[in-house]
Amino acid sequence: MEEKLSFEYAPAPESRALVTIKPKYGHFIGGKFVAGSKHFPTINPATEEVLSQISLAGKTDVDAAVKAARKAYTITWSKMSGKERGKYLFRIARIMQEHSREFAVLETLDNGKPIRESRDVDIPLAAAHFFYHAGWADKLEYAGLGTTPKAHGVAGQIIPWNFPLLMLAWKVAPALAAGNTVVLKPAETTSLTALLFAEVCQQAELPAGVVNIVTGDGSTGALIVNHPGIDKIAFTGSTEVGKIIARAVAPTNKSVTLELGGKAANIIFEDAAIDESIEGIVNGIFFNQGHVCCAGSRLILQESVAEEVIEKLKNRMAKIRVGDPMDKNTDLGAINSNDQLLKIRELSAAGDTEGAQRWSAPCELPGKGFWFAPTIFTGVTQAHRIAREEIFGPVLSVLTFRTPQEAIDKANNTPFGLSAGIWSEKGSKVLWASQQLRAGVIWTNTFNKFDPTSPFGGYKESGWGREGGRHGLSAYLKGVSHE
Amino acid sequence: MSFYGLVDGTEASLKKYLGSLSGVDQVGADARAAMLSTRSIKTTSKRWAIDTAITMVDLTTLEGADTPGKVKALCTKAVRPDPTDPSVPSVGAVCVYNDMVEIARTHLDLIGGQHVGVAAVSTAFPSGRASMAVKIQDTKDAIEAGASEIDMVIDRGAFLSGQYIEVFDEIVKIREVCGSKAHLKVIFETGELVTYDNVRKASFLAMAAGADFIKTSTGKVAPAATASVVLVMLEAVRDFYAMTQVRIGVKPAGGIRNTKDAIKQLVLVNETAGPEWLKPSLFRIGASALLNDLLMQRMKIDDGYYASPQYVTID
Repeated sequence: MEEKLSFEYAPAPESRALVTIKPKYGHFIGGKFVAGSKHFPTINPATEEVLSQISLAGKTDVDAAVKAARKAYTITWSKMSGKERGKYLFRIARIMQEHSREFAVLETLDNGKPIRESRDVDIPLAAAHFFYHAGWADKLEYAGLGTTPKAHGVAGQIIPWNFPLLMLAWKVAPALAAGNTVVLKPAETTSLTALLFAEVCQQAELPAGVVNIVTGDGSTGALIVNHPGIDKIAFTGSTEVGKIIARAVAPTNKSVTLELGGKAANIIFEDAAIDESIEGIVNGIFFNQGHVCCAGSRLILQESVAEEVIEKLKNRMAKIRVGDPMDKNTDLGAINSNDQLLKIRELSAAGDTEGAQRWSAPCELPGKGFWFAPTIFTGVTQAHRIAREEIFGPVLSVLTFRTPQEAIDKANNTPFGLSAGIWSEKGSKVLWASQQLRAGVIWTNTFNKFDPTSPFGGYKESGWGREGGRHGLSAYLKGVSHE
Repeated sequence: MSFYGLVDGTEASLKKYLGSLSGVDQVGADARAAMLSTRSIKTTSKRWAIDTAITMVDLTTLEGADTPGKVKALCTKAVRPDPTDPSVPSVGAVCVYNDMVEIARTHLDLIGGQHVGVAAVSTAFPSGRASMAVKIQDTKDAIEAGASEIDMVIDRGAFLSGQYIEVFDEIVKIREVCGSKAHLKVIFETGELVTYDNVRKASFLAMAAGADFIKTSTGKVAPAATASVVLVMLEAVRDFYAMTQVRIGVKPAGGIRNTKDAIKQLVLVNETAGPEWLKPSLFRIGASALLNDLLMQRMKIDDGYYASPQYVTID
């Protein structure tokens, strides 16, 4: 046999035939799909192909959605027992599982993330959030808010484009379990799985108006935030928009939770398990193209192992398979939009200008679509823009430290505080460091692990409130003493 | 012996060397191995992987009931795995007990299988519980009988009680017996070492002591060649290469029964140690039932349907 040294993986594409995308979509209001007036295209960021036309909701649409949600809350949902509400949530979770391949393909087409991730992470976790919260629906008296906690009423929810269906699940599942009805707006570039979710609600025979989905851009979001008929706002997105929302709701009675940006420190101590830390670094920053608010975007490396870790990291990055998101062997997919790509390029250029050393994995990028090779910057200090600002892309800034205290000081020296990672085989050091770090989620010897039972949220400018677990549920409830 | 300049043969230097190794996080290693097992290998790459895997098989019979007839049949199969298709390559080697080596070598030579090696399990396989004198004689016998590869077992008792220098010295002595006549594979029996930290430590110990290959298991203890254990060993040979510029081979054995398992192993090699290891001189798979499944899958790719098992020979 001829000795061939390279093991090329033949294309292994997931079938696109699993999904039917309509040429045009409306909104989902009061249990029905209603036509929109204005439309904008949604594209596949891996190919720039137009997938469908999405409606841009204006005041009339948002008013109708809020009205439907209020009616459903007053007549049906607030009167229903928790056990009955739980039944619907269980049903939604099961239907989502049954349609999981369809959801995964649609998510990958619309978002650009690899099918491996939508299939193995996004969709199973989204279903898990519904299962988890379904169990809470008839146990709200154990949520820590007294014996008769009450729902807020109508929740307005605005979600981002990085995990479209998963963020929907994070928002919708606890809201419904707690007895609220919702008006949800998916991100402008990624509406398709939310609209498929609307069909799941229909199949589950969820009472009309309990879930309403209006599509659109920031202007639609503003209509939701400022709507007088909404009792609670839940937003996931940029800190910049989060601040606008906080200002808008400040003079109102609305409750609000915000899940915003991050610039997480991933700290590697010299006594870490090096090979697994490399995996943790890769998973921390290159999972979902780095479009992760809790991404480990600042690698904080002990100087004594810095050289070894960086060399191993580069070798590992060279093995990241970049390309067609629909291929089952792809590790890194497309950047979600041209706007985002420009932002990543702009901040990376700032890294060059400010004197950091750029290294990108040698990979071939497709000609069409929005792509950015996995990249690290070494020689980064606290004073670099790329150490302070959220890039929200596959770009890692590498900083070094000499003592554990210096690592903590650097990790905390940021306006953000969403997540952090600690890598060490020494338990006492891990416990000490986790107590010093000011971040809402701290992973030790792992990164980017999510579970519906675990509260997620930030310190400082990374947000208000928590999502997931009992803490996340309580954001959709008020104790009687608040009445 | 120089031991690549890593140790000087004293217990102190060995302890220092092993103490310098980074630990292995079990959860992380398992997660990486599980991720790599999701790779989807189709069409042309699957065909290439099957043929490559066939050349890497150490076709094995290690039974108390082995007879000259059984071993000869194994040798015939090793040379021409599919008698109806001459494009199927021969396997890497046959792997037998010490007393069957001469029968295997003679028969292979007789049927045109000079290119197929004979591996002998040695050093009181599978337990390793015998005196050093017996272990040395065991190895000498096998080499004199024509073994080109020696699969020795380490003394797990010594390893687990922290007597690393004993394990090291044994490998060094068997290495000396092998000289340039036989390749040395060192079997850890990872199912008895249990932790990945131990697997990593054993790997570096064996490589410094002169192993040409490091091998997971005897096939007599479960779990054997799990994806995670093979991952840890592949990381070890990769790192050892970075330190010494010498490539050590890896041989998973035990529990790899079908094509899917074998392809997962090749993916692990490709994405961990690297494509340089994807050849029989650096990667072997110890197996018996695997070969027939590889042949069946090969026929399926060529013919488009699954043939009856009667189209592949049982031995």
